[in-house]
Amino acid sequence: MTPLLEVRGLTKSYGRSLGCAEVSFDLWPGEVMGIVGESGSGKSTLLNCLAGLLEPDAGEVIFDTRADGPRDVLRMGEPERRWLARTDWAFVRQNPRDGLRMGVSAGANVGERLMAVGARHYGDIRARATDWLRRVEIDPARIDDRPRTFSGGMQQRLQIARNLVTGPRLVFMDEPTGGLDVSVQARLLDLLRGLVRDMGLSAVVVTHDLAVVRLLAHRIMVMKDGRVVEEGLTDQVLDDPRHPYTQLLVSSVLQV
Amino acid sequence: MIRVEDVSKTFTLHTQGGARIAVMRGASLSVEPGECVALVGRSGAGKSTLMRMVQGNYRTDGGRILVGGLDVARAAPREILALRRETLGWVSQFLRVIPRVPTLDVVAEPLRNVGVAPDEARARAAALLSRLNLPEALWALSPTTFSGGEQQRVNIARGFVNPTPALLLDEPTASLDPVNRRVVLDLIHEAKARGAAILGIFHDAEARAEVCDREVDVTGFAR
Amino acid sequence: MTDYNFAYLDEDTKRMIRRAILKALAVPGYQVPFASREMPMPYGWGTGGVQVSAAILTPEDVMKVIDQGADDTTNAVSIRRFFEKTAGVATTTRTAEATVIQTRHRIPETPLREGQVLVYQVPIPEPLRFLEPRETETRRMHALEDYGLMHVKLYEDIARHGRIATSYAYPVKVEGRYVMDPSPIPKFDNPRLKSEAIQLFGAGREQRIYALPPHCRVESLDFEDHPFEASKADHPCALCGATGSYLDEVITDDAGGRMFVCSDTDFCATRRGEAA
Repeated sequence: MTPLLEVRGLTKSYGRSLGCAEVSFDLWPGEVMGIVGESGSGKSTLLNCLAGLLEPDAGEVIFDTRADGPRDVLRMGEPERRWLARTDWAFVRQNPRDGLRMGVSAGANVGERLMAVGARHYGDIRARATDWLRRVEIDPARIDDRPRTFSGGMQQRLQIARNLVTGPRLVFMDEPTGGLDVSVQARLLDLLRGLVRDMGLSAVVVTHDLAVVRLLAHRIMVMKDGRVVEEGLTDQVLDDPRHPYTQLLVSSVLQV
Repeated sequence: MIRVEDVSKTFTLHTQGGARIAVMRGASLSVEPGECVALVGRSGAGKSTLMRMVQGNYRTDGGRILVGGLDVARAAPREILALRRETLGWVSQFLRVIPRVPTLDVVAEPLRNVGVAPDEARARAAALLSRLNLPEALWALSPTTFSGGEQQRVNIARGFVNPTPALLLDEPTASLDPVNRRVVLDLIHEAKARGAAILGIFHDAEARAEVCDREVDVTGFAR
Repeated sequence: MTDYNFAYLDEDTKRMIRRAILKALAVPGYQVPFASREMPMPYGWGTGGVQVSAAILTPEDVMKVIDQGADDTTNAVSIRRFFEKTAGVATTTRTAEATVIQTRHRIPETPLREGQVLVYQVPIPEPLRFLEPRETETRRMHALEDYGLMHVKLYEDIARHGRIATSYAYPVKVEGRYVMDPSPIPKFDNPRLKSEAIQLFGAGREQRIYALPPHCRVESLDFEDHPFEASKADHPCALCGATGSYLDEVITDDAGGRMFVCSDTDFCATRRGEAA
């Protein structure tokens, strides 16, 4: 087995200030990795570099493509990278408004990626959109409603359906449960866990919520000031933290 | 099946001025298939710490911990996860689940994780919950709202539902009534009979005497 | 005539525009930017088409100008007079006789032939505009052939109306590459975008020129189970009896009286055997 994603020495700075430095890791098929740290720790910069939304200054992001095996995503042409982004990759944003087209119906939101990769049969597109709405627990009767009439939790689930409809293998998530009520968060986490397991997804999840990573991520990386200070099995890092910063982070969480 | 060799562990508490607390040194033990070994020793001697190290929940500073051939002390995260999924079951005292997931699915999850079809996984989970006398009316509810005894039975069902070749038990009979305590002891006997290697902590001395073949006093490992 | 350079624009400007036109013909359906000039008419009155016409006109050309198919509306008459005055070229209303036809929102019914040029006035050249407002992004989408969004619009039509309700400015794919807005012609005209004539599209305010060379492949976007259908009139023309032409509805009195007549006035008049 080869890793789905191999990241080597990824570095990005903004002028004099550091975004992230010398980040390396492997992500294996079916694995969910959490990236935790405070705002400004570089976790979002890292995620955006991985997903091809930001150009890093140095490093390699090697993805195991279906057609040609491992390829450095950063050295691909943009057409190829975009093709990857709408077939094998998905990006779930914190604010569903950034990840959805608010002006078109739920069905069109889910169908867009299918149409982008060449689906040209309206009936088929609609059937698959219906199926996906059901899978993310949205009443298929809402298929022609615009997302602005949906609750925050529904919008987030719609964003997930829109991203997963093409059967991607790698999902990037930026604070996927941020901004949601706690009860809604639980439902979303359960949904994500089920999808990850049933579709064999790999995922990189950025969050500052340690409860979320504990339930969702197999492994975590702890970032501080642009660098990875500790990484490992999720429960190991959270229950037996070694780095001073991780210990501080874990001990700062309010116990319920 | 489980082999602990010359294991040591030190906690460094950076939030408390970098205090170093050596909790274990030279810990060694082994558990053969079909055998149940109890960890004993005074409170704070390191029983739970050692259990957690075997499970991979705590890190190991020195020595080796072999479970089914994998050195947990050095294994990659995905290897430990695979070990927990396929080889090493675990009944903890704490229940950590997503709030809205129904009890039946919480118990079925270890089977789902090794690829058992949803219907079969639920059927096997249901059989075990029945045996543990958890009222069927509760199966569709999340266990987060359950009483201590009910949660404990959910934990036990989750730990036993997948017949793994090795099993860790942390106080499996705590907070149980006599009837359910009996069920759990029977489950342990059955696991041994099918060849499972079991390492456990039992404060319940009678239970320990009934199911355990040997005791290992961890006081000797403590610093 | 001495007051103006031939066809109003100076020769350097014409050369700049011709270069844009040549590039547009070489890359069918691609929107070529050009430095649109201030013209002696407001935006929305065909400044793009007028600049393209001015750049290609020669003294021997015969020019026809139509607005929604008609030669006799204000816009058509003004532009025809503009070129009579600034270029001194011959003008006509007969499609068959014209060498350069400037049009707003229609393709003449009479099939165009080799040697003719059809110049379209274009208000909004970007077919993706209403789906993606950022110009930086739409350019990128064209460059990367990232056209899923076009079908999103058609999907929405079917979801809402049970069919593709877009009836004019119906998007097309050119030579299997660029998605193009054919200007607000009725979709009835779309099949005739494949033509023997050269077709040039000029957008003055938006500063874009694009083109379809003769015999270029032009496909209207659709779904397999909702194929493109050109609209068809329910009535024959009340004047000439034509059954296959595009009709305008004309209100004839205050009592709700109305009739349907050919929108192409030259086509209708020719059929009626009148000298126009």
